[in-house]
Amino acid sequence: MSNIGSYEKRLEDFDWSIAEKELDYKSGDDINIGWYCSDRICEMGKADKPALIWEGLGGVEKQYTFNDVRLRSNTIASFLKDLGVKTEDRVCLFMDKIPELYIGFVGILKLGAVAQPLFSAFGDDSLHVRLDNAQTTAIITQRKHVSKVRKILDQMPYVKHIILVDYDGSKPLREREIAFNMDEAEQVENFKSFPTKAESPSVLHYTSGTTGQPKGVKHVHYSLISQYLTTKWVLDLQDNDIYWCTADPGWVTGTSYGIIGPWSLGITQCVLDTGFSAESWYKFIEKRKVTMWYSAPTAIRSLMKAGDEIIKQYDLSSLRHLASVGEPLNAEAVIWSEKVFGKAFLDTYWQTETGSMMLTNYPGMKIKPGSMGKPFPGITATILDTKTFEPINETGKPGLIGFKPDWPAMMRTYWRNEETFQKKFENGWYLPGDRAYIDQDGYYWFIGRDDDVINTGGHLISPFEVESALLEHEAVAESAVVAKPDEVNMEVVKAFVTLKPGFVADDDLELKIMNFIRKKLSPLAMPQEIEYRDSLPKTRSGKIMRRVLHAQEWGEEVGDISTLEDD
Amino acid sequence: MEDMKEVILEYVIEEYCDEENDDVTFETPLISGGIVDSFSMVSLKRFLENKYKISIPDADASPEAFDTVNKIEVLVKRFL
Repeated sequence: MSNIGSYEKRLEDFDWSIAEKELDYKSGDDINIGWYCSDRICEMGKADKPALIWEGLGGVEKQYTFNDVRLRSNTIASFLKDLGVKTEDRVCLFMDKIPELYIGFVGILKLGAVAQPLFSAFGDDSLHVRLDNAQTTAIITQRKHVSKVRKILDQMPYVKHIILVDYDGSKPLREREIAFNMDEAEQVENFKSFPTKAESPSVLHYTSGTTGQPKGVKHVHYSLISQYLTTKWVLDLQDNDIYWCTADPGWVTGTSYGIIGPWSLGITQCVLDTGFSAESWYKFIEKRKVTMWYSAPTAIRSLMKAGDEIIKQYDLSSLRHLASVGEPLNAEAVIWSEKVFGKAFLDTYWQTETGSMMLTNYPGMKIKPGSMGKPFPGITATILDTKTFEPINETGKPGLIGFKPDWPAMMRTYWRNEETFQKKFENGWYLPGDRAYIDQDGYYWFIGRDDDVINTGGHLISPFEVESALLEHEAVAESAVVAKPDEVNMEVVKAFVTLKPGFVADDDLELKIMNFIRKKLSPLAMPQEIEYRDSLPKTRSGKIMRRVLHAQEWGEEVGDISTLEDD
Repeated sequence: MEDMKEVILEYVIEEYCDEENDDVTFETPLISGGIVDSFSMVSLKRFLENKYKISIPDADASPEAFDTVNKIEVLVKRFL
């Protein structure tokens, strides 16, 4: 029997107080996610239950029980406190998927500080802009990533501490750096979690929009309520499950459902901290006897590409439930997973701003391959007319997805950017920026983004950010960046550039520009293709018409080009 | 002619490693070891194509084929 039971029945009598009761929370009480993910589970008698089974390169393994998580998060919180880190200070986690990332996250929350996880592949520019916006106090990182921090340190007087979790003493520590070894430090038995309240800030995740700099999405401790319940009902986690969320906690899935959801439920999770290969993933599932697997369409399509034969070499019979997030899961992938694993991946739709699942497929509910599913109980969703922002009552008519912003995990604002936050609402609806339609059975079907943001492998890339970075390359005079269709990643970044005089448009320059962006921003933002142009399409007022280039890439009608300047 | 493996190794260290993780050898796992991610693999493939004037079909550019410098050499030689 699944945790949700009947979806229809849940709709009838739903109230978020279901989660509040299960978590013994009443309005006005203290609510600290860090405490819920560690101390509370120990108090429930699961102190010796494995919380994290971690595997790194070469099969290196580490295991932590819930009591280990409690002690180590206490120790981290206490260490930060002794350094002078205060309530609501931002503490950045800039690491690979190592245990310190997961347990450090819990420790930061216990202290009452704000966890700011950042994807470890970010280049120094991407890192700087996010730290600068957050005015981050401390950065917890590894030797392999500290050079990127050092490069920009002079521009960040607000960063007081850089904490190295794997310092080996081979080279001297530099300015503001301090070593901290989580496993070897004297463990702190008692640390009183800060009495955060429902609206106390908890996590700051960064996301990209069409224009402007990345936005810091502010979440609060009350988000636990919807993260807990969606984990329980959609991911269907049960006490004896071995759960594997493949997402990196540098992104929201990796925290909402890679830390908070499973650990607040007292579930054992495993983490594979190596690069992707079909062989290593299947081997990991077999070895760890993974029962619930939450992954992303890009990974699923990569596995499809690796073929069906390889699957036969592994015993994957432990798998009982699969789900997917990040970008729309195509029907072929759903059908394929049913064929090779005997179970369909259930698509879940949500985003950084929503903090928890919004439209999803449920255990026991009929799946329509390719559909986003139906709203989670308690979520008021609709499709809005693109001009009036009134709900469309007609089945099958496309429009903008809209949500009534009243669920616990909804972002509270964009950090130091309330103006942009307010622009996300129309007529009382929160607009996630995606277009869809509803069919006659109430299932939602994704159509596409309503803006120019590029969704590559489930990560949003701002064309503006890439265009700006391109202009910093010595050879680039003008740039325009659009999404290009991609079989595996759904979309990848494509750049159109004009060159300054004296530069030759050849393959070597293309590679140099690609690497320039990779290092400056991130591998995700690196254009997978650069097309040289003599000029870019512009309006008569000189604005580059990105949509003309986008239409060309997607083989679509260009639309109204009356404002296009004459050649 | 330059030793192909040395050229590839030098490029990998120069482009994908920093001072703290430059102890890469011909057998170091690049993709499964997280040194080169799947997105960055595109730039590594482009480097090989430019350098050796070859075209590596996407179907052959798998994470497994790019996982070590030794394997990359085998791949490149197939298309020379």
